[in-house]
Amino acid sequence: MQRHLISAADLTRDDAVLILDTAEEMARVADRPIKKLPTLRGRTVVNLFFEDSTRTRISFEAAEKRLSADVINFTAKGSSVSKGESLKDTAQTLEAMGVDAVVIRHGASGAPYRLATSGWIDAAVINAGDGTHQHPTQALLDAFTMRRRLVGRDEGLGQDLSGRRITLVGDILHSRVARSNVDLLHTLGAEVTLVAPPTLVPVGVESWPCEVSYDLDRTLSKSDAVMLLRVQRERMNAAFFPTEREYSRRYGLDGDRMAKMPEHAIVMHPGPMVRGMEITAEVADSERCTAIEQVTNGVSIRMAVLYLLLGGNEPAATHTRTEEK
Amino acid sequence: MSKILIRGAKVLGGEPQDVLIDGETIAEVGTGLSAEGAEVVEADGRVLLPGLVDLHTHLREPGREDSETVLTGTRAAASGGYTAVFAMANTFPVADTAGVVEQVYRLGREHGYCDVQPIGAVTVGLEGKKLAELGAMHESAAGVTVFSDDGKCVDDAVIMRRALEYVKAFGGVVAQHAQEPRLTEGAQMNEGVVSAELGLGGWPAVAEESIIARDVLLAEHVGSRVHICHLSTAGSVEIVRWAKSRGIDVTAEVTPHHLLLTDELVRSYNPVYKVNPPLRTERDVLALREALADGTIDIVATDHAPHPHEDKDCEWAAAAMGMVGLETALSVVQQTMVETGLLDWAGVADRMSLKPAEIGRAQGHGRPVSAGEPANLTLVDTAYRGEVDPAGFASRSRNTPYEGRELPGRVTHTWLRGRATLVDGKLA
Repeated sequence: MQRHLISAADLTRDDAVLILDTAEEMARVADRPIKKLPTLRGRTVVNLFFEDSTRTRISFEAAEKRLSADVINFTAKGSSVSKGESLKDTAQTLEAMGVDAVVIRHGASGAPYRLATSGWIDAAVINAGDGTHQHPTQALLDAFTMRRRLVGRDEGLGQDLSGRRITLVGDILHSRVARSNVDLLHTLGAEVTLVAPPTLVPVGVESWPCEVSYDLDRTLSKSDAVMLLRVQRERMNAAFFPTEREYSRRYGLDGDRMAKMPEHAIVMHPGPMVRGMEITAEVADSERCTAIEQVTNGVSIRMAVLYLLLGGNEPAATHTRTEEK
Repeated sequence: MSKILIRGAKVLGGEPQDVLIDGETIAEVGTGLSAEGAEVVEADGRVLLPGLVDLHTHLREPGREDSETVLTGTRAAASGGYTAVFAMANTFPVADTAGVVEQVYRLGREHGYCDVQPIGAVTVGLEGKKLAELGAMHESAAGVTVFSDDGKCVDDAVIMRRALEYVKAFGGVVAQHAQEPRLTEGAQMNEGVVSAELGLGGWPAVAEESIIARDVLLAEHVGSRVHICHLSTAGSVEIVRWAKSRGIDVTAEVTPHHLLLTDELVRSYNPVYKVNPPLRTERDVLALREALADGTIDIVATDHAPHPHEDKDCEWAAAAMGMVGLETALSVVQQTMVETGLLDWAGVADRMSLKPAEIGRAQGHGRPVSAGEPANLTLVDTAYRGEVDPAGFASRSRNTPYEGRELPGRVTHTWLRGRATLVDGKLA
């Protein structure tokens, strides 16, 4: 595996399956009375959040603490894009403090890539979401959730998502979750369809390894999983679609639409959900909706990523860490 | 002033000839000229061109002297073979009054490395609302003939129309930065396959093309002269070609970087590639080269945009847009146009000296290399090959996209009115 996790596109199929398998091991820790491993004892991990995200930060923090890492939370909201040097300065300050890994969330696409490649620091860099670019641990936890539900918890070990049909619905244009998922799901052998109004699909999408449709109803019956993406209300004012109600009528998932999905098919959402617009309460609260599981699985995935990047040798003994000089 | 004999230079790439400079002018061009009383420069088969003229330079003074000054910028210009540069108006304060343009003009003359011809702002403070005192700038000592809000588009159609009409009174030209502002809100790079993947805000080609289409129609309607800055897309080429075929008085420029680099480089997220208009696709690059070769695009202009290190050593979104270009322009043109067979050296002289001087009405520049003409000349070692090392730049800023890249050609000598500003690659 690489030394950093910047983009889901950087993962090979074997890397991805290794992370998913390792996450299953990590998940067992969560079932124990004492949810803690000594794996990263003495290692320092910084959660460097330039953009608000309580959910993601807490998920990483829980993962780090379960692996016994020393955790530093650094919130620098809003300081970066207006004053560019702060990312470099902040990074070097952290480096000087002997940090082993930086988990970075940043509003600017490419900021984690710059951090990892510009020579500012030596620490491992984990992208916790950058602009409208990537959110690889989100894609991994989504894939983990799909594998558990569609292949099976134990049966899934060593398996990918070959042949599964996954539909992503909503604001593809601004979504790092969509980009990450398209990359990872394709690597794992799944067939991905993006569904959105044309205004919310990026120019250039034709080069992505997926299908694009403007019609949700036609794709539902062929979907093993339907993932809804959050649509921010401010998109309405920027004329991406006429009204909230029209969006909801055409692209929202309600009970009637869910009934068109195959029986085994699941509904996913990275959260937070906008009930009533992109998803009705009926769907959100149904057995088929995995939104809460995804949160739980997020901790296991992040434990696995931290573990593999920061190189414990056990218990996932099959893995050899390759150091890049 | 003494005599200089340039011996055995390929004038405009032709057969080797001698060129005798006497004082500020070229005294004689021929073979076997006498070296008596003259300092001899052995050209040894190097190519002699008229001093290059850049219609689009940012010198940053006044206001951002940490990026560049008139002195450092004109030294960079001399290093790159230029004898005249047009300095863009987006300084602090903006060059929208006679006072500011005169100051910039005077500094250029005082330093003596390169003539500086200020460009005046079209609108007060580049705000696009109210015409600046275009007439006063023209009548000032600087004699401004080119007006531009470069960095910002004159997007209000009525203001653009009035500016085009108004400058007719004194033979001026409006140089448009064609960028529809609403279509480029949040734009970070060319909109297309790469931006979709990188999640960077897209700058669609149509934002440039729609403004060019509007402005050539306006120029036709009011019978004025319009110049399109840094044209960057294949579609823009088609519009300019159509406009010229209709007899519209439009000229256009392309930058060296748009002739060589593509948006694929943005995958590095390295802000050294962040520029406005953005790097486009391979298809655009090839269309721009063809258009420069066939004359649809009239000139090469550098859009030399110096920025201090800290404005580029950061994340992409926070970085300033722009690249330095004066010291590498001729090399890039040699690689993309001459070595591809699209243009000969006479063509290069036309696109980088004669035509830009003509568009900007730069007196004494862009003249033929012949007896009686001002001795504004540049001597190029076209056989040279080497990696670009920004540490050696005369420009105060180092934001070049070519660091470590091998480029052909090196300017060894530049003469401004018979006085050497660059000798053996070193500033005089």
